[in-house]
Amino acid sequence: MSSDVRFTDFKSDKQPTWCPGCGDFGTMNGMMKALANTGNDPDNTFVVAGIGCSGKIGTYMHSYALHGVHGRALPVGTGVKLANPDLEVMVAGGDGDGYSIGAGHFVHAVRRNVDMTYVVMDNRIYGLTKGQASPTSRKDFETSTTPEGPQQPPVNPLALALASGATFIAQSFSTDAQRHAEIVQEAIEHDGFGFVNVFSPCVTFNDVDTYDYFRDNLVDVAEEGHDRTDYDAAKEKILDASKEYQGVIWQSEKSIPYSEKHGVDADMSQIDDGAPEGAMDLVREFY
Amino acid sequence: MPADFNWAIGGEAGDGIDSTGKIFAQALSRAGRHVFTSKDFASRIRGGYTAYKVRTAVDPVQSVVDRLDVLIALTPRTIEENLDELHDGSVIIYDGERTTMENVEIPEGMIGLNVPLKRLAEEAGGAIMRNVVALGAACEVADFPIENLDSALEKRFGSKGKALVDNNKEAARKGRDYVADEYDHDFDYELETTDSDYVLLNGDEAIGMGAIAAGCKFYAGYPITPATDVMEYLTGRIEQFGGHVVQAEDELSAINIALGAARAGARSMTATSGPGIDLMAETFGLVATSETPLVVVDVMRSGPSTGMPTKQEQGDLNMMLYGGHGEIPRFVLGPTTISECFWKTVEAFNLAEKYQTPVYIAADLSLAVTEQTFPPETFDMDEVEIERGKVVDEESIEEWQNEKGQFKPHAITDDGVSPRAFPGTAEGAHMSTGLEHDELGRRTEDTEMRVEQVDKRNRKVETAREEENWEPREFGDPDSENLVISWGSNEGAMEEAIEFLEEDRVDVRFLSVPYLFPRPDLTAEVESAENVIVVECNATGQFADVVEHDTLSRVDRLNKYDGVRFKADELADDIKATLQEADQ
Repeated sequence: MSSDVRFTDFKSDKQPTWCPGCGDFGTMNGMMKALANTGNDPDNTFVVAGIGCSGKIGTYMHSYALHGVHGRALPVGTGVKLANPDLEVMVAGGDGDGYSIGAGHFVHAVRRNVDMTYVVMDNRIYGLTKGQASPTSRKDFETSTTPEGPQQPPVNPLALALASGATFIAQSFSTDAQRHAEIVQEAIEHDGFGFVNVFSPCVTFNDVDTYDYFRDNLVDVAEEGHDRTDYDAAKEKILDASKEYQGVIWQSEKSIPYSEKHGVDADMSQIDDGAPEGAMDLVREFY
Repeated sequence: MPADFNWAIGGEAGDGIDSTGKIFAQALSRAGRHVFTSKDFASRIRGGYTAYKVRTAVDPVQSVVDRLDVLIALTPRTIEENLDELHDGSVIIYDGERTTMENVEIPEGMIGLNVPLKRLAEEAGGAIMRNVVALGAACEVADFPIENLDSALEKRFGSKGKALVDNNKEAARKGRDYVADEYDHDFDYELETTDSDYVLLNGDEAIGMGAIAAGCKFYAGYPITPATDVMEYLTGRIEQFGGHVVQAEDELSAINIALGAARAGARSMTATSGPGIDLMAETFGLVATSETPLVVVDVMRSGPSTGMPTKQEQGDLNMMLYGGHGEIPRFVLGPTTISECFWKTVEAFNLAEKYQTPVYIAADLSLAVTEQTFPPETFDMDEVEIERGKVVDEESIEEWQNEKGQFKPHAITDDGVSPRAFPGTAEGAHMSTGLEHDELGRRTEDTEMRVEQVDKRNRKVETAREEENWEPREFGDPDSENLVISWGSNEGAMEEAIEFLEEDRVDVRFLSVPYLFPRPDLTAEVESAENVIVVECNATGQFADVVEHDTLSRVDRLNKYDGVRFKADELADDIKATLQEADQ
């Protein structure tokens, strides 16, 4: 780690192929700023991503990274962080990746409370497969595969996280650059699993959840004087479907990260030249 | 043939069959006798027939046979289930005072010992010790000094206090004395003891122990029969060596968590059985394409689908050789004995890291749940070698950077192996992906680069073919015109079958193949033999297909897929029959 790291050091020389105007540009820039602001550099940072537009992020950022299979980014991040707690681990995904195919992993990653940051680029649509309904699409949102809308209520990711025992729940808006970077930074600094759902509009396929929509409907919980450590207040905000909230909505004061609970604090990449000392005791156990 | 003794305890699951069997097996092992155990169990917690069988001799034993000398029957069904293994003079110990055993009929020619197990156990301090009373009775029948049982009882119950140990010792003596007093009979058995010290362990435990020996620090898995013992073994032990076990939410997560740990530089492993391998298949391709070293253990059981979860089969070979979409370079190692479960696991980690490739360990239920005795030096930790392959550090990384100073984790090399930088290495930041990529790891659809990367990854297999040892293990008569080939847990039964066959003046040459991919070229051996039989526990002859493919010769197949492992005497008969048929 060095203090002279700039956020642009996290930028690769690969030009993004996201559509012009895509919310993911802002989401990524905020992540890079947050990483630099928290004193990380590309060589101690590991970014994991799944499949979809969000999954491309590892290509456009410069760090250690793995671009995995659809929905499984959180398990990969879990393995990276537990095997080397010195690394700053950031997992990025989309709403399909995280709340559909990866929903099971989301619940269990939240429960484990591994000290990493999970940023979900929520555009409420499947973008890369060209516009099908996602788990966060509105009930009446018409798409090529749901001509009359999904007719199912959307997943409430924040509620899912809260019900799973999350210790940090936040939401941000990718184009509100300063605020978004601040929120991701808080997630990084949180001692445990930091979850940030980011409104990251899809300008090509979603003409409902647009920049204008979010600008008009977004309420910053910080401006409302919300106490993030008040569980009941957090629950109320999270279940309030009438507004879109931004900010840190819930942060547990009792968060004990997985590594502390289980005593996992060593860099496991270094091993002995032969069997570890004392290994013969393993054989003697079978007498 | 070693002068062996075959003993079993059977009853309902929940009757303490397993722990009782294990106590007796440990007593024999500690008395310097070789032991080979097998389990017959159903996929349920309580109820259903279950049995623990112990074969023992002074000479090494490595299989089961079709014979039972002493049977402790806790239920009438236990006798029915084992009728074909019981013989004239077999001893059946049962508790005739138990309501369900009151009217039990001892088959003609066999010796029934009606021992009031429960009543004697109560006299010793509690009905729960009735199985131990039975062990004492068995000691008397087998002429096995009961003092040998004491240390096994101490090991089993020592942590629960001296009183409990003493009560159990007393219970055993009551069983012994009852038989001695009530049945004035010479049972013809005498279990000799020796000064040798053996260890007694099963294949799952050997895999777990091999992993720790090889420096594996990270394990993620999801419980599944018969692979769960690997996770249970590692839990609590790997931590003592600075490692960690995660019980994942499913197999998809398990292999991805293990992959993450491997990317962070840890030696990492997951273990599962066939259904779990299916779920892991997609990520297996990612592991290979991202060139991550990972060990994946498949403890095979009867399939397809849920099949028979507690029964033996070697049905996943094709899955391990070919499973996954696209073409995936990989190694598949198949331990043939319990001790080889240890050594092949050590080897798997070295191959995985040297070649940055996923490695399957193809174990099976018979290896996993069977316990066998070994001299402790079989697992000599000083013999363990660690090879981590082309890991670069901050100095050496420079030679693997392009003109812009970017690290090339997928550099095209002559041997197919690229450099590897653990995260945290300065100037090493890079991405890897399951997408086809260039030397930097970035997505590409460039036709030339695609071909170069595919060739590079496949070249690792070719390099390994040349640099590593893929030889089979050879037994029997090297000049015989009868060649038997097998893989996996059949080796022990086959090795003893050779001795049965010798008695009948049938000679065979036997090759046991521990490497399934890459594997030895058996063309010369197959061509020089008159008769070739491939022995395996599946219906279609998956390995026989592979041998035919490799050698361009037709082979005979001997397949067993009833869920039960090969028994040595039965296998000898089957081979004789196959040879006779071939001669006609």
